[in-house]
Amino acid sequence: MGGREHGRGDLTPALLDTPVWSDALVESAGIPVRDAPFVTVGGGIGSFVLVDYLRIAGVPTSDIRVLSNIDQPWQTYQYLTRVSQIPEPERIRSDSSSRPDNIWGFPSYALSEAWRDRTIRPLLHVLGEPIFADYWTPRVGDVFTSMAREAARIGYSRMLDRGVVRMVRRRDKGGYFTILTPPEGTSETRRIAYRSRFAHVAVGYPGLRFLPDLQEFREKYGDYTRVVNAYEPHEHVYEFLKTRPGTVVVRGGGIVASRVLQRLMDDRERHNLQTRIVHIFRTFVTGAHGPHLWARRKGGDGWAYQGFNYPKSVWGGQLKARMRKLDGAERAALYKEMGGTNTPKRRRWQQQMRAGREGGWYEAFQGVVERVEPGVDGTLTSIVTSDLTGESATQKIGSNYIIDCTGLEADIAEHRILADLLSHAGAGRNPLGRLDVERHFEIKGTASGDGALYATGAATLGGYFPGVDTFLGLQVGAQEITDDLARRGFCRRIGPIRSATQWVRWALGRPVKEA
Amino acid sequence: MVPVLLGRIQTRLFLLAFVGSAVTAIVTPLVGATYGTTFAILAAVAVLGVGWELLYHLLMQFRWEKDWPSLFGLLTAVPEGLLLWALLKRGAVPTVDAAPSLAAYAAHFLAVWIAVWLVANGPMRVPFPRWRFHGGRLI
Ligand SMILES: Cc1cc2nc3c(=O)[nH]c(=O)nc-3n(C[C@H](O)[C@H](O)[C@H](O)COP(=O)(O)OP(=O)(O)OC[C@H]3O[C@@H](n4cnc5c(N)ncnc54)[C@H](O)[C@@H]3O)c2cc1C
Repeated sequence: MGGREHGRGDLTPALLDTPVWSDALVESAGIPVRDAPFVTVGGGIGSFVLVDYLRIAGVPTSDIRVLSNIDQPWQTYQYLTRVSQIPEPERIRSDSSSRPDNIWGFPSYALSEAWRDRTIRPLLHVLGEPIFADYWTPRVGDVFTSMAREAARIGYSRMLDRGVVRMVRRRDKGGYFTILTPPEGTSETRRIAYRSRFAHVAVGYPGLRFLPDLQEFREKYGDYTRVVNAYEPHEHVYEFLKTRPGTVVVRGGGIVASRVLQRLMDDRERHNLQTRIVHIFRTFVTGAHGPHLWARRKGGDGWAYQGFNYPKSVWGGQLKARMRKLDGAERAALYKEMGGTNTPKRRRWQQQMRAGREGGWYEAFQGVVERVEPGVDGTLTSIVTSDLTGESATQKIGSNYIIDCTGLEADIAEHRILADLLSHAGAGRNPLGRLDVERHFEIKGTASGDGALYATGAATLGGYFPGVDTFLGLQVGAQEITDDLARRGFCRRIGPIRSATQWVRWALGRPVKEA
Repeated sequence: MVPVLLGRIQTRLFLLAFVGSAVTAIVTPLVGATYGTTFAILAAVAVLGVGWELLYHLLMQFRWEKDWPSLFGLLTAVPEGLLLWALLKRGAVPTVDAAPSLAAYAAHFLAVWIAVWLVANGPMRVPFPRWRFHGGRLI
C-alpha cells in the first residue's frame, strides 16, 4: 500500500451504511475534514463553466473546490474527440456562440477567428447558415486554447484538488460531505472529506456501453482488436487498411459514424486505398420524417439530419420553453418526438458518400446484427437480418474490422457517485431513467438543511431542459445554478452592470478579481 | 438567440426604443428629415412589428428546429420596409402628413434596421446574459 497504512482515514462500515453523516462520525473514522462552501465534482467542462460563472458573479477562489481526476477541464473531451476522429484542426459539432470560455457567447468563435485571421469569411459563413452553408463550427484546437486562457483568468488551478471522488453524502447539520481519494502518496490518509454547504456533480458519461452482440463476441473470443468502439483508441484499424485492401463494417447513424466514415474515406483518397465500407443502420431513414407538417426532420440515405444533437430551439427557444412545463410521460413523449440519432448534413460528407456509392465501395442498408463470428483468414462474419419491404432476410457480411459508432451511454448507476446518490442521498430517476433534477438543476430529494446539491451534464438528460450534454447546455445549467445560489445568498446575482463590466474584463484578458 | 413569440416582441420593442432611437437621433439631420417624421416612422416600425412578429412566429412553426436564422432577421427588412413605405405614401402613418423622400426614408430605415440586427446578434448578450436562453425575453 505504498507505505500507507491500510485503513487509516478510510471509509468505515458505519459510514457506508449511514445515509446522513455527522461530523463526529466522519472524525471517528480518522478522515480529515476540509471546509469549503462550494464543491464541484468532476472537473470537466461542466464544472469549468459553472466555476466560470461563479467567479464572474464574484465568488473568490478560496470558496470553491474543484475535485477532479484531470488537470485541465477539457482533457476528457479532448481524449474522446481525438479517438472518435476529430483531430485538432477539425471542426466540432456545436456552433459559433457555444463558447465554454465565455458566458456571454460574444464575441462568437466566428467573430474571434475573423478578427485573429483578418478575414470576414467566417462571418459571411455564419450569415448564410444554415440555409446557404453548413453551420459554421469552431476548430477543436481553438476551443482548448480559449478555455486555457479563461482557466488562467479565473484562477482555475488554485481551486483544483486532484483525486477520485467516491461519494457525496448529506450532513446532519446541513450541507454535504464529499469523499475524495487523493492520488497515492499525496496525503496522510486514504480519504479526505470536504464539508460544504453546496455541492455540484458533473461527472460526464457514466461509462461506455457496447452493442450486446459485439460485447458477446469480444468476451467469447477474447478479441478486442477487430471489434472496436469508436470511443476507444482504434488507430490500428486505419493503419491496417493502409497496408492492404480491406472491408470495414460501420454501425450507427450518428455524428461519430459520420466522422469515422470521413476518416476512412479521406484515407482512401489520400493514400489511394481499396477500402470497402459496409454501413449498417438499425433504423434506416429514407426521407423527411415526423408526426406532422410542423414537426418534420430532414433525412435520407439512412441518416436523420440535424445540425446539432437536438433541434436548435432547445437551447433557448420554443422547445426549451415547452419542455420546461412538462413532467412525467408527457415529457418523455416530447423527448421521443424530437430525439433519435442524427447527424449534420455536411456538404463534404455528402460528396464523399455519393462518390462511394457510385464507385461501389460504400454500401449502406438497414439491418439488425444477430451475432458476429470469426470467419476464415482472420476475418469477421456478421449475421445480419434486414427488414426488406416487410420481409426479413438474413445475410452474412464478411469484414476485417467492425467499428461500433452507436453511442456512449451506460446506465447512470454504473457510475459510483451517481449510484450512491440514488441509494443513499435521496436522488431519483427522471422519465428517461437518468438523474432527476429541478429546473434549476438541484437534484430532487437531496436537499440538506440550508444546502443544495446540483448536477449538470449527460447524467441529467430527461429533465426540464433537454440540451444538457453540450457546451451551451452546461452553460444554461451553470446560469440556473448561479442564479439559485444568488437567491440563497451565496453569491450576488449578475445584473446588467456587473455583466457588462465583467465582459470588458474578459475582452481585455484581465483576471477575475478575488472578491 | 432562438426566439419565442414574447421574446421576439420584447426584443424588438426594446432594441427599437434604445438602439433605434439613438440611430434615428444621429441619422435624421444627415438625411435631411424632421425628427417628428423619423420618430413617427420608428414608432410605426415598432407597432407594425408586433403584427410581423406574429407572422414570423407562424412561419417558424414550419421549421423543424423552431429556429430563426440570423439572415432572416436581416432580410425581413425588405417586406417590412416596403409595406411601411406604401403606408407612408398613402398618408396612413399617424402624424406624418407628407412622406419623406425615398432616399431619406431608405437611409433611415436601413440604418435603424442594420443597427438593431447587429446588436441583437451579439452585443445584446453583454448586459443581458440570460436573454439568449429565454428566447429573447427580457422580463
Ligand atoms: C466525441 C464528442 C464530441 C462532442 N462534441 C461536442 C460539441 O461539438 N459541442 C458540444 O457542445 N458538446 C459536445 N460534446 C458533448 C459535451 O459537451 C462534452 O462531452 C463535455 O465534455 C461534457 O462535459 P461534462 O463536464 O459533462 O463531462 P466531462 O468533460 O467528461 O467531465 C467529467 C469529468 O469528471 C471526471 N470524473 C468522473 N468521475 C469522477 C470521479 N469519481 N472522481 C473525479 N472525477 C471524476 C471525468 O474524469 C471527467 O474528466 C461532445 C461529446 C463527445 C463525446
